[in-house]
Amino acid sequence: MVQAALTAPPAARRSPLRGNALPLAIFLILALTPLFAVFGAQAYVLSLVTRVMIFAIAALALDLLVGYGALVSFGHAAFVGLGAYAIGILSSHGITEILVALPVALIVAVLFAYLTGIVCLRTRGVHFIMITLAFSQMIYFTASSLAPYGGDDGLTIQTRATLLGLNILGNDRALYYISFACLAGAYLLCRALVASRFGRVYRGARENPLRVATIGFPVYRYQLVAYLIAGALGSLSGFLLGNATDFVSPAYMSWQRSGELLIMVILGGLGTLDGAIIGAAAFILSEEWLSGLTEHWKVIFGPLLVLVAIFARGGLLGLVARLRGAPHD
Amino acid sequence: MTEGISTEAISAEAISTEGISAKPVLRLESLAKSFGGLRVTDAVTLEVRPGELHAVIGPNGAGKTTLINQISGLLAPDAGRIVFCGEDVTSLPVHARARRGLARSFQITSILPGFSALENVALAVQARAGTSFSFLRSASAEAALNAPARAALAQVGLAERADVPAGALAHGEKRALELAIALAMEPKLLLLDEPMAGTGHDESARLVAVLRELKGRFPMVLVEHDMGAVFALADRISVLIYGRILASGTPEEVRADRAVVAAYLGDEME
Repeated sequence: MVQAALTAPPAARRSPLRGNALPLAIFLILALTPLFAVFGAQAYVLSLVTRVMIFAIAALALDLLVGYGALVSFGHAAFVGLGAYAIGILSSHGITEILVALPVALIVAVLFAYLTGIVCLRTRGVHFIMITLAFSQMIYFTASSLAPYGGDDGLTIQTRATLLGLNILGNDRALYYISFACLAGAYLLCRALVASRFGRVYRGARENPLRVATIGFPVYRYQLVAYLIAGALGSLSGFLLGNATDFVSPAYMSWQRSGELLIMVILGGLGTLDGAIIGAAAFILSEEWLSGLTEHWKVIFGPLLVLVAIFARGGLLGLVARLRGAPHD
Repeated sequence: MTEGISTEAISAEAISTEGISAKPVLRLESLAKSFGGLRVTDAVTLEVRPGELHAVIGPNGAGKTTLINQISGLLAPDAGRIVFCGEDVTSLPVHARARRGLARSFQITSILPGFSALENVALAVQARAGTSFSFLRSASAEAALNAPARAALAQVGLAERADVPAGALAHGEKRALELAIALAMEPKLLLLDEPMAGTGHDESARLVAVLRELKGRFPMVLVEHDMGAVFALADRISVLIYGRILASGTPEEVRADRAVVAAYLGDEME
């Protein structure tokens, strides 16, 4: 026992540099991608990686809920859709100013998160999954029925968002770096959040909600705040997605899309943040690659997911950690 | 505060045992709780005085944990009142009671297994040190949280184990950690639900020593099966049988009580 006590725990052995090496590498690669893209199919690479980064923002938000709060939301695409529709609808009325459209997108998402959160956060486990799914389906069908805004078919965004009249999202490279900045900002925010006092209470509630309540914290209130933040980040992702695709449709908030976001987070490794980015990249890139091989790419992708679920508990990050013989937490 | 107390009736039981009664930290007034047809708490009236270690003993199924759960707010009583530090807390939620200084430990160890021992306790410090709606500053770097947390760990003999994940601690250490969490809350009352449950002989001796040290600094309600520990530590003992208080008094009075000996202690003391 004493010997066990004297050997340093994993947390103490991990140097701060090692904790930062992976995210530094990720962001370095993302920052340099456009420079190398000029040698190949530039437009294709830029739009593909932009898509990765946009979904990574939504995946980060979902990791905040699922990985750090054990709040398995099966409706996170609703927030992505709300952000996309905010820019779509405003743009169809000629309002493209970011300083208007982005706050609207965020406020709508936070409002939706609040109204649904006060209901679904009173439930746990399977019930939470079902209720978040139900709410996102409500939004999905509402969007489908918006005849003036394309209904089922969705609507094309004629003009991308502008900043003080400047068409800063106009070229793909600018959109790329703005998405990059948003992802970096979202990542840093999430990292600070989970390490903060707030994050400690919130993470504690995942471990043992009863203990956290008997220490004196109203668990529900902390979870609600996290839910609002995750909703806002989801909406930011949708806002960028609308601009990147010049198009919005109800499909953005379908339950399949919510499921894909969950797959990204689980694939990369829950509760790590780094994993959310890696999972989004792995999902979108393999989708792209496999769908180029065959139309029935899901026949290949499905079994791959099963293999990851069985053999790589902790996702891709967990797998890497295990291969290096390091303890994964 | 004091006049609020004096207007409230002092229970007959308190008068009979000691005659005088300082302002009680906790008073249960005719508390009742039934599960279906089963009365698990039956007109329980009980007082915990400042500085006192009040043990609640009784056979399995007597309703001891149910009673603790009602005091800490996990269960709502069907009838009766719970008055804590002069305030009626009967309808307050768990976290609000904890905020007012009611700390508890659980019969089945309840810690945050994925947190380090230090972080478990630092979370409890956080509950009383400023707002926890702070989003950007790293909590683990806050000396204002870590220093009191380390002090609480030291009090229960876990100073060397601060960085170990709580889930990896030995059973007795987990029990001690729960105690440290409660201490870090700087409680006005400690509710200890079988703190010695499942610990070995050495470990429980160590826990008794810790409790002896804490005695007098915090009023405590101790539910415990280890009669040696109870009679060594308690200032007063209430005997609970089938949800009713059979007797309440000093260890000597309880030991001498014929009804108690017949119903419970007869087997336990042999």
